[in-house]
Amino acid sequence: MANNNSIKKTLIVAFSLCVICSVVVSSAAVVLKPKQVQNQELDRKSNILQVTELYKPGDDVEEKYAELITPRVVDLETGEYSQDLDPGSYDQFDAARDPATSRTLSGDDDIAGIGRQEKYSTVYLVGDPDDPDQIVMPIRGQGLWGLMEGFLSVRGDGNTIVGLSYYDQSETPGLGGEVDNPRWKAKWDGKKIYEDGDFQDPQIQLVKGGASGDYEVDALSGASLTSRGVTNMLRFWLSDEGYAPYLARFHDDSQGGA
Amino acid sequence: MATDSVKDVVLSPVFKNNPIALQVLGICSALAVTNSMSVSLVMGLAVIAVTAFSSMFVSLIRNHIPSSIRIIVQMTIIASLVIVVDQVLRAYAYDMSKQLSVFVGLIITNCIVMGRAEAYAMQNGPVMSFLDGVGNGLGYAVILLIVGFVRELLGSGSVFGLTILPTVQNGGWYVPNGLMLLPPSAFFVIGLLIWILRSLNPEQIEKTEYRIVANSKTKIKEASHV
Repeated sequence: MANNNSIKKTLIVAFSLCVICSVVVSSAAVVLKPKQVQNQELDRKSNILQVTELYKPGDDVEEKYAELITPRVVDLETGEYSQDLDPGSYDQFDAARDPATSRTLSGDDDIAGIGRQEKYSTVYLVGDPDDPDQIVMPIRGQGLWGLMEGFLSVRGDGNTIVGLSYYDQSETPGLGGEVDNPRWKAKWDGKKIYEDGDFQDPQIQLVKGGASGDYEVDALSGASLTSRGVTNMLRFWLSDEGYAPYLARFHDDSQGGA
Repeated sequence: MATDSVKDVVLSPVFKNNPIALQVLGICSALAVTNSMSVSLVMGLAVIAVTAFSSMFVSLIRNHIPSSIRIIVQMTIIASLVIVVDQVLRAYAYDMSKQLSVFVGLIITNCIVMGRAEAYAMQNGPVMSFLDGVGNGLGYAVILLIVGFVRELLGSGSVFGLTILPTVQNGGWYVPNGLMLLPPSAFFVIGLLIWILRSLNPEQIEKTEYRIVANSKTKIKEASHV
């Protein structure tokens, strides 16, 4: 026991412990990695399916996703699909951090409070990719306590909302956290975004005390700042800065077809 | 210490010598992860696993640990185990690990784990240390589940996600107590629990170590003259 405290013994124990622990930690990380990636994929896919309201509990997520969804990458500035970027591997969250593939938002432009915005975004088309039933778009913005990330789904006319759902938010449970409440989420179905085909100016908003009409949804009670965050985030992502140029194409398309 | 029976080692930390209720350790995570029972349960299991295995490994090499770096050695073992538990949760209980987020990682700083390694595992054999870890982890988990039960029932009207009291938001009659959803409510629940436990076992009440001396009026008068 006495020689336990010799410098030699101390170094041997410290070194071998470090080696053993790092082997254990890194093998756990490597062995479990595929399973974790698969979980994240599955989680993302099930979030996309849930916002389309086509997913019933018990459905096989992978199967349903493969059957219904086609991802595409959209150039947010022009609203055209990108030919170069592969929707399977493009990660817009990485892109938003990289100065080469994103732009800085400043002051008044940045109503959603996200700081940087990617130039290309992945959208998920439901049904026939050339004439989709629904378009699912990732959106994000500041709530009261932090960034809220979610998906917004609109019908093929680019104007009628199907659903809004957040997969990551840290709002106050019971107040702002009610963005996850199915009864509140159900209120979004059928609401309209743009008035009279004016794709410059999204009208959709949350209002306190009795929403009326196609452009208003009830705000969350007791959560003014979360509600304001949701409105700002929608206003931002549905404006010219976001998906408006892309969504306008569907309006034109359907006009042209009629 | 060799005379400890297995039953004592496992059960005494659950009720008699509970790490949260008596020693008041590991409070921080008890505040954060108890707003629903299923999260509390997973957190409890994670802490049981970490405490048990860290005590066992510390005990296995206890005769070779130089006393000058023993705390670091214990921390390294605990930290490695916590990372492994976190990785396993992410692989097999993804939804849970999303809800627990950083709190799994923060098991490292949970005083119970370190406390048992230092106080018990350094003096006892690996098997007993393992059981001691299980017992203390259980003591933590039991309190977490009780707090989680109270908070989820009063805050969300449900237990393990099953609706017991239909809330107003979902068209029922129960107006949920918003405070119960916020971390500070766990303080009240744990405080009440400690009160109940000490009323049942008066020997748990500590002797007053320090008594605040009553203000003497003369001194105040003197002070006001100056």
